Amino acid sequence: MKLNGAQILINCLQKEGVSHIFGYPGGAVLHIYDALSACDDITHILVRHEQGAVHGADGYARVSGKCGVALVTSGPGVTNAVTGIATAYMDSIPIVVISGQVSSTVIGNDAFQEVDAIGITRSCVKHNFLVKDINDLVNVVKKAFYIAMTGRPGPVLIDITKDATIAKIEFNEYPGSINVRSYKPEIKVEMSQIDKAVELIIQSKKPVIYSGGGSVIGNAYKTLRTFTRNANFPITQTLMGLGAYPATDRQSLGMLGMHGTYEANMTMHYSDCIIAVGVRFDDRITGNLDKFCPYAKIIHIDIDPSSIGKTISVDVAIIGQVNDILSALTQALKDKKLTNIDKWWKQINKWRAVDSLAYKTKDGVIKPQSVIEALYEVTKGEAIVTSDVGQHQMWAAQYYLFDKPRRWINSGGLGTMGFGLPAAMGAKIAMPDMDVACVTGEGSIQMMLQELSTMLQYNTPVKIINLNNGYLGMVRQWQEFFYNKRYSMSYMDALPDFVKLAESYGHMGIKVEKEVDLMPALVEAFKRKDRTVFVDILTDPSENVFPMIPSGAGHHEMLLSGHNDMVSTNDDGLNLV
Amino acid sequence: MRHIILLQLENESGALSRVAGLFSARGFNIESLTVAPTNDKSLSRMTIVSIGDDDIIEQIIKQLNKLVDVVKVTNLTATDHIERELALVKVDVNSNYQSKIDKYIDKYNGKIVDVKEGICTVEIVGKSQKVNDFLAAIDVIKILEVSRTGVTGVCQKREY
Repeated sequence: MKLNGAQILINCLQKEGVSHIFGYPGGAVLHIYDALSACDDITHILVRHEQGAVHGADGYARVSGKCGVALVTSGPGVTNAVTGIATAYMDSIPIVVISGQVSSTVIGNDAFQEVDAIGITRSCVKHNFLVKDINDLVNVVKKAFYIAMTGRPGPVLIDITKDATIAKIEFNEYPGSINVRSYKPEIKVEMSQIDKAVELIIQSKKPVIYSGGGSVIGNAYKTLRTFTRNANFPITQTLMGLGAYPATDRQSLGMLGMHGTYEANMTMHYSDCIIAVGVRFDDRITGNLDKFCPYAKIIHIDIDPSSIGKTISVDVAIIGQVNDILSALTQALKDKKLTNIDKWWKQINKWRAVDSLAYKTKDGVIKPQSVIEALYEVTKGEAIVTSDVGQHQMWAAQYYLFDKPRRWINSGGLGTMGFGLPAAMGAKIAMPDMDVACVTGEGSIQMMLQELSTMLQYNTPVKIINLNNGYLGMVRQWQEFFYNKRYSMSYMDALPDFVKLAESYGHMGIKVEKEVDLMPALVEAFKRKDRTVFVDILTDPSENVFPMIPSGAGHHEMLLSGHNDMVSTNDDGLNLV
Repeated sequence: MRHIILLQLENESGALSRVAGLFSARGFNIESLTVAPTNDKSLSRMTIVSIGDDDIIEQIIKQLNKLVDVVKVTNLTATDHIERELALVKVDVNSNYQSKIDKYIDKYNGKIVDVKEGICTVEIVGKSQKVNDFLAAIDVIKILEVSRTGVTGVCQKREY
């Protein structure tokens, strides 16, 4: 049967098992929307801004492990989508973004709503395709999903010209598999590297496992748990890795890095053998590279060869699926005798006793940390928590103890304010039976507020936990520490009444000004299973995120809670920001 | 150190900009880059000369391999290879330079490809170092213009 390009596209998406598309129509994609209207298998979520569409698809993908799909029009449609695409790229999230393009006959003529989508997105996609000929469409769609989901996952953009959606050809079948000569994501684990790693591991007196987003994305949580428990090694996780290993477990040291726990960072600093699993030695983790882990041999496990040796040179690199490698290591260690590390654990427990996440309460003000603790209590630690970017993000990561993977959803790499709300919407769509909370601040939430409207239309009840301190808190914290308390442009005056705002969007709003009202408000919010509730909580504007490794410092040079003085750092340090 | 990297990637529109974009986005240096069609129409073949320490060259090769369209990356410098570059050098021979330049053309195996209105165009082919040496040698003569193709190369082995 002859079908037009738009119908073929929708057919292909159905065959890929796509059940939800987040999108926004426009001239160049009208044919696609026409074809979509005739398709009952795919639910389209009409967002209010294309950035929200991509974040929605991204949140959906992070929670479900499936590929997210977004559909936008040409020109401003795709430029609005770019922030979302870059966010997914930095965190290796599989999404396929389909963008309309002007007709191939007018490309390059500065046509209405024309933009070079391929050029603009090139540096923030895993790959992108321009489809000008309908005959290429089917293979491109197949390739796009294959590339997005395999190897180190990432966003793929398909830019389709309007005439390619209109042209008709015979459509028979969608290929079951595809072979791309230049792209071979299957990597066989080199056993010789496993042997080298085993040698280091059995000799180690002060080992530590440092696990990241790769353990979550690579679905390696079971093998990670087995490996860690069998070895009885301490484990610390990155912002992106939280939940792969249970935070409440005895062996868990919490998060490491700039706002990591004292025990995690000290353990890293004094370790003699670091087993780095699905991580990329990001600057927020390492701090000053010259001071990073001076005593350790490093074993680096990752699927992306370019992650190896990028910022840190390592002793043993093992490339491949994290899951395969951890299985192989576990197997290889089975009949080996590990060095006794009781003394190491004793030392770690001393660091733990410092209780670096302790904070002082103050009468009359709500501490932001206590809000996250209350949220944890009310949801019994079982909610999906998305966040925006800033202080609230760090507090959520520190105080909500994630015991399961794919529950903590945040923009770690790009640090995109505005991510939290649409990501929560996407998460709720993927997991309708779970509680979803969006931890945010009054700065971040205002970047994607319009999606409250989408959330009413598609009935995606989410609890918005707004830590409202009137400041762009993380900026204010840095200005306090490093810029002599010159609070330049970090105070937000003229905030809206968030309760009324939520109500005007058809949702429920609750304002919390006193500590005593906090718990009842959260209980009330989570009781309303079918409503989106905006809980606006006025928190202590002077609170800072601790512990903190100031820029330029090493893991052993953390600032602990209660530190109120200027921090000495030099320009080299501030350059690392 | 100077490295010659041979790159073979799918001959699709935008292939060059993917490579060039990668170098600029990651702050890698390009000394020269040549690209032209070859006998295999499905591939775009590029020869890139870059200068950097071993860690940087390793990252360049890894990042190039990561591009979905890239079929093969070879560090020619690390293997037996042949490199050539062609330069067209326009010199002023109005004064009595003719005899001087003839001497260097002989020495460097160059070729006069054009003489017109006191301007002589010389073609010189060889390793980049030879081209550099030639240009340094004739520095006494007034060089009007130099155009170099950049390095192209092949690996000397059958399989690589």
